[in-house]
Amino acid sequence: MYWLFNSSIGRKFIMSISGIFLLLFLLFHMSMNLTLLLPDDGKVYDMICEFLGANWYAVAGTLVLAAGVVVHIVYATMLTLQNRKARGSDKYLSSNRTETEWSAKNMYVLGLIIVLGLVIHLWNFWYKMQFAELIGCPDAVTGGSGLVKELFSSPCYAIVYLIWLGAIWFHLTHGVWSAFQTLGLSGKIWYPRLKMISNIVSTLIVVGFAAIPVYFMAVHLLCGNN
Amino acid sequence: MEKIINITLKVWRQKGPKEKGGFETHKLEGISGDTSFLEMLDILNEKLVNEGKEPVAFDNDCREGICGMCSLYINGHPHGPDNLITTCQLHMRHFKDGDTITVEPWRSAAFPVIRDLMVDRYAFDKIIQAGGYVSVNTGGIPDANAIPIPKPVADEAMDAASCIGCGACVAACKNGSAMLFVSAKVSQLALLPQGKPEAKQRAKAMVLKMDELGFGNCTNTRACELECPKGVSISNIARLNREFLVAKFSD
Repeated sequence: MYWLFNSSIGRKFIMSISGIFLLLFLLFHMSMNLTLLLPDDGKVYDMICEFLGANWYAVAGTLVLAAGVVVHIVYATMLTLQNRKARGSDKYLSSNRTETEWSAKNMYVLGLIIVLGLVIHLWNFWYKMQFAELIGCPDAVTGGSGLVKELFSSPCYAIVYLIWLGAIWFHLTHGVWSAFQTLGLSGKIWYPRLKMISNIVSTLIVVGFAAIPVYFMAVHLLCGNN
Repeated sequence: MEKIINITLKVWRQKGPKEKGGFETHKLEGISGDTSFLEMLDILNEKLVNEGKEPVAFDNDCREGICGMCSLYINGHPHGPDNLITTCQLHMRHFKDGDTITVEPWRSAAFPVIRDLMVDRYAFDKIIQAGGYVSVNTGGIPDANAIPIPKPVADEAMDAASCIGCGACVAACKNGSAMLFVSAKVSQLALLPQGKPEAKQRAKAMVLKMDELGFGNCTNTRACELECPKGVSISNIARLNREFLVAKFSD
């Protein structure tokens, strides 16, 4: 199994598997968020939050997820550094005019923006919920719907989250089909299909996530502070 | 009507692999649109020789787009702005009167500059030596059609085999990756029954050599496919990934 770590395709295999794992998490998270749109004042959402909370399975899940994030970032950094070295220090004076997709060439930068957003996001929610509960803080929030409502009543935060989601969209449109290409599951016939699937899945995820800040910002702006 | 243009060339000059290089500007007047890019460089070199200066060194051989010897990174594209051709097939009619044309060598850590616009592409030969062949025992020559091969498979193998090993894929890649080249060489054999017995060993050995020589990791930007003078598809890269992963997991 040593080849996984010391061959280019092995390292890329790690990137694609961790990427697909994170994609599955995003799908779950997005579905959970959508319950906030139910006309029940966030009851279902809070129920899911409480079910997860600081229970052992939620903590175990969080640790696995964090490991997935770390592996994805560590390998992205490693591959990017190796690639810069392979490119060499001499740059082209006439730049590179090959008409590749913008996202394909900026995956690492997009990833950095996503990490920044993630830090804000963890601070906004996870720190006040699971983390607070774990350290036994009496102020720990078990149902998150109040936090969501409060946060997105600030248009600034809503816009920051929307920009973050934009970066995620670009990252996913390249990342999803790219993962399948790396796993060798693409080809002449499947390449256009995977591209299409990739666009659809990324758009679904991002629109699903974006619905929440947009909805709460709109509710706040149109109906005042209720 | 014949097109006649005046151009300004910015050419990379470098005395040797260890020397520091730089751009040199030359003006050429009255270049016919029917001149090929390499013929234009010949004209420049003749001018330089007549002036008692060193001519610009650049790789070339067949000048009909099949040998893979010519290179040159022209105005932001390997093999210049036209699609599906090598530099020798690029004609000056693709440029406008008064254009400044930047000519650079392939840039990649695995392709060091030898002199001016010539780079050392021996790394590709080393990858081929690592496994890009089919071992055959000596003896009687078998009949060419003894093994039936479906037409679509033969076509796909032939498409992969159209790779001339020029290195444009590496030159275009922001990661200096040789995956398109290696995948074409693996695919042309892996698709055919003759290549199957050694398929696993070949994929492993060629990828190992590619990594060892300092080529980068593919991030699927597709720049290689878009700049390949032979239109070799990245579906070959997917096949190489598949061949390699299957070989490693079955170990």
